[in-house]
Amino acid sequence: MSVEFVSPAPSRACPAHSEATLPAAMNTGMDAPGKRQQRRRTRRLRRAFPLAALLGMAPLLGGCQFALMDPRGPIGADEKSIIILATVLMLIVVVPVIAMTLVFAWRYRASNSAAAYAPDWDHSRGIETVVWLVPCLIIAALGIVTWVSSHRLDPYRPIEAAAKPLTVQVVSLDWKWLFIYPEQHIASVNQLALPVGVPVKFLLTSSSVMNAFFIPRLGTQIYTMAGMQTQLSLLASKAGDYRGISSNYSGDGFSDMHFTAEAMNAKAFAAWVATTRDSSRALTLASYRALAQPSERVPVRYYSSVAPTLFHDILNQCTNGAPCRDAAMNLAMAKEALGSNFLLCAITNPPGADSPGADRKGIH
Amino acid sequence: MFGKLTMSAMPMNQPIIMGAVLFMAIGVVVVLGVITCCGFWRQLWTEWLTSVDHKRIGVMYVILALVMLLRGFADAIMMRSQQALASDGGAGYLPPEHFDQVFTAHGVIMIFFMAMPFIVGLMNVVVPLQIGARDVAFPYLNSFSLWMTVSGAILVNLSLAVGNFARTGWLAYPPLSELHFSPDVGVDYYIWSLQVAGVGTLLGGVNMITTILRMRAPGMTLMRMPVFTWTALCTNMLIVAAFPVLTVTLGLLALDRYLGMHFFTNAAGGNPMMYVNLIWIWGHPEVYILILPCFGVFSEVIATFSGKPLFGYTSMVYATICITVLSFTVWLHHFFTMGSGADVNAFFGITTMVIAIPTGVKIFNWLFTMYHGRVRFETPVLWTLGFMVTFTIGGMSGVLMAVPPADFVLHNSVFLVAHFHNVIIGGVVFGCMAGYNYWFPKALGFKLDERWGKISFWFWLIGFYVAFMPLYALGLMGMTRRLDHMDNPVWHVYLMVAAGGAAIILCGILAQLVQLFVSIRNHVALRDATGDPWNGRTLEWATASPPSFYNFAETPVVLSRDSFWDMKRRGVAFHPPVHYHRIHMPRNTGAGFILGVLGGVVGFGMIWHIWWLVLFAVAAGLTVVIAHSFDEDRAYYVPSGEVAEIEGRHFQQLMPQAGD
Repeated sequence: MSVEFVSPAPSRACPAHSEATLPAAMNTGMDAPGKRQQRRRTRRLRRAFPLAALLGMAPLLGGCQFALMDPRGPIGADEKSIIILATVLMLIVVVPVIAMTLVFAWRYRASNSAAAYAPDWDHSRGIETVVWLVPCLIIAALGIVTWVSSHRLDPYRPIEAAAKPLTVQVVSLDWKWLFIYPEQHIASVNQLALPVGVPVKFLLTSSSVMNAFFIPRLGTQIYTMAGMQTQLSLLASKAGDYRGISSNYSGDGFSDMHFTAEAMNAKAFAAWVATTRDSSRALTLASYRALAQPSERVPVRYYSSVAPTLFHDILNQCTNGAPCRDAAMNLAMAKEALGSNFLLCAITNPPGADSPGADRKGIH
Repeated sequence: MFGKLTMSAMPMNQPIIMGAVLFMAIGVVVVLGVITCCGFWRQLWTEWLTSVDHKRIGVMYVILALVMLLRGFADAIMMRSQQALASDGGAGYLPPEHFDQVFTAHGVIMIFFMAMPFIVGLMNVVVPLQIGARDVAFPYLNSFSLWMTVSGAILVNLSLAVGNFARTGWLAYPPLSELHFSPDVGVDYYIWSLQVAGVGTLLGGVNMITTILRMRAPGMTLMRMPVFTWTALCTNMLIVAAFPVLTVTLGLLALDRYLGMHFFTNAAGGNPMMYVNLIWIWGHPEVYILILPCFGVFSEVIATFSGKPLFGYTSMVYATICITVLSFTVWLHHFFTMGSGADVNAFFGITTMVIAIPTGVKIFNWLFTMYHGRVRFETPVLWTLGFMVTFTIGGMSGVLMAVPPADFVLHNSVFLVAHFHNVIIGGVVFGCMAGYNYWFPKALGFKLDERWGKISFWFWLIGFYVAFMPLYALGLMGMTRRLDHMDNPVWHVYLMVAAGGAAIILCGILAQLVQLFVSIRNHVALRDATGDPWNGRTLEWATASPPSFYNFAETPVVLSRDSFWDMKRRGVAFHPPVHYHRIHMPRNTGAGFILGVLGGVVGFGMIWHIWWLVLFAVAAGLTVVIAHSFDEDRAYYVPSGEVAEIEGRHFQQLMPQAGD
């Protein structure tokens, strides 16, 4: 993918670790008094800033608070430049329109008898051609931007990079996030560790209602839906803790459904994997079922192992022992292909369902 | 006996809700008390509730809209204050289960029971007058439509006192809105209030299309219709094409919830994506249903108060038709982040942008209507100018989000919330307010107070910017919508400012109430004796204010666009006809009102699973319909003598002005 690696502008006064400390501290329950004091201080400092920014209408949007304008990865950076480009293109017509509205209204006010008055003038081929043409041209330009950028930034499109992509399976639960690392056979809740500079391929689904997976500093969000898998590729080009959220309302616990995306160098990532492997928890079907129960503000959890077909089973809605949807579908198709005779000797459950862990083909 | 309904459905233990219920109850009791002690019941029944007069029905629609504006705005104040209070780590005062109902109710009420009745009301009052008709095509159906809408509104408000409302967001996406995740009656209130009101809206659309296509005065070809009538025609075509989709979608959701089917469930082959597609196939045309008539209002206002015909009438008409057609081709832009392929996303992104072309043309046409004009800055013009500036900004943020990669980061953020309030407040609300101030003297016979009107406008305009510009900024900071609490000291400041903006808008709404009150008090001084208070251009101004119940004593003959302007120019306006004829008019009937009430009862029974009540109300409704169908005596003639007498009074009033 030909995304230029726009490294975000020198990160001004923004500490890389500022963004996600609050939820992280809350999640782990470690809120040392000193930390709290510091928090209060930065809070007071920052309070002054946006007021000033608001008064000046925050025109440059450069402050580090503007997550979308201060991206930490190529996808977000590209999206930022598209937002700016589109806005500038539209301002070409928007600014004159607003200016003309005010100027015309004032110039042709009823009390201004000096202005011309043409009580029957209601048509001008020239003006009408221009007012159709100008929006057409702007939209044509924007349309090209749209076509090209939609393809370049298709969330399903892998990011081209030297490093081999890392796969992470994401499950939105009520109301927390589960991240499964299939290659490392580990998992975590509400904490997503990412190696810097490595494209990450996310495969996403939901255990219950719709959510959306979104790390504002990295770019593109995507819905998570039960029984369906969506895909997304992201890349963090800078180490740091970034706020991750659900950006689709999902019920009572929605507001606290956030996680920390920790982008770290390869060494730190290896260490993180190793620590996670040391965890005493294992993510089996049973512990998944317990985890999937609705709960809020769940602290970060690590799992040293994951049932090998867990993501497949979540996707195919068979973590509760019901027949997997892919197997049921195959069976139905086989029945159709073989005709009604097959019914006589058909078993209700597909072969795989009896022996968990058996190799099952599916949407996976 | 009462299905799921028990005493525990009343939220007695929730002081905020009970306070609101008490407040509403007191309001209702006071209104009923005033009616009773002033002996208005008979008048209310014979002249309003049973009325089939399009003007009175229109006025009642607008009253409904104004009352619902207060309710919906109360929700808005609660949301803004909750987010302001609970953004710095605090919990605020609304628990999630309450906050979630508040934002759902706010959206539903503002769209379905504020904006829709407002534009339907304006169309009802104005369209028959603009085309020189005596009433709409189906007056009894019109009355029925109104009362179904009112029943729907009552059901939504009833959910405050009995049970609870949906906690799903205003479009009730499944699977969250399915029985498994929303087992209480909230979503059922949502479904049935919209279904009941939807019947009214759909039939109103049929009625209005027929009226415009079949009942225009002789000489009024399509291309001589006032632009407001054109936009009304397009809007009603959209209503007729789009609302059945909503009805079916909510019907399928109801089947899931009531009969255990699986259209949109996670299990058994259901697919929630289908609902999301269907609801937006209705939902996107819906926003054009709301905005098109407002474009019409601005077109009328800007031409009238510039003392010039609308610039580029033909362009304007074709732009309206373009928008009407294109509005059905863009629905997918509401979910670019659902994983569609790049081709699909790009296609819908581009179709969305294409709508900006006719819309841009319209803005230019309004601009050039002012050009070389004589613009009088009366209240409707202020709303129009406020709209032109504000809507342009809102349109820009909308086109920005039509670029899929921009939407990938802005979707569902408060940037989106700022965008659609920018176009709905800046477009629809400003348009309704312009129309309200512009046609008020026509509907009720006296002008609204200018000073309070202007005060209200400035509060609204400034309040809008203070309330929503911070949301644009917060969206760029990555704040998503519908959060009941957060812990971010920077956001906190912006949200405090936004809450201040809501308070300024509140002042604007209060100023409007004062305007109404002051104008009623001074109605003698503000009386419009001529029927043409603004030096108007279209036929509605050719009648008395308020027009007599038959509108036109003699059907006008139309020779050009802006036909009343043309009559004034030719010197034939304000002249009584040589002799009068008897006029054929429909009789009032209580059937529409009774059916509307029964429709509400059916909804209530369905919500609470009180099946006998549903059966009873359906049977009663059928009986009323059948009984009414045997009523042959539905119309009568107004004798020419009576017409002459009424018209004589009007022309006598005109005499002092005749020398002008």
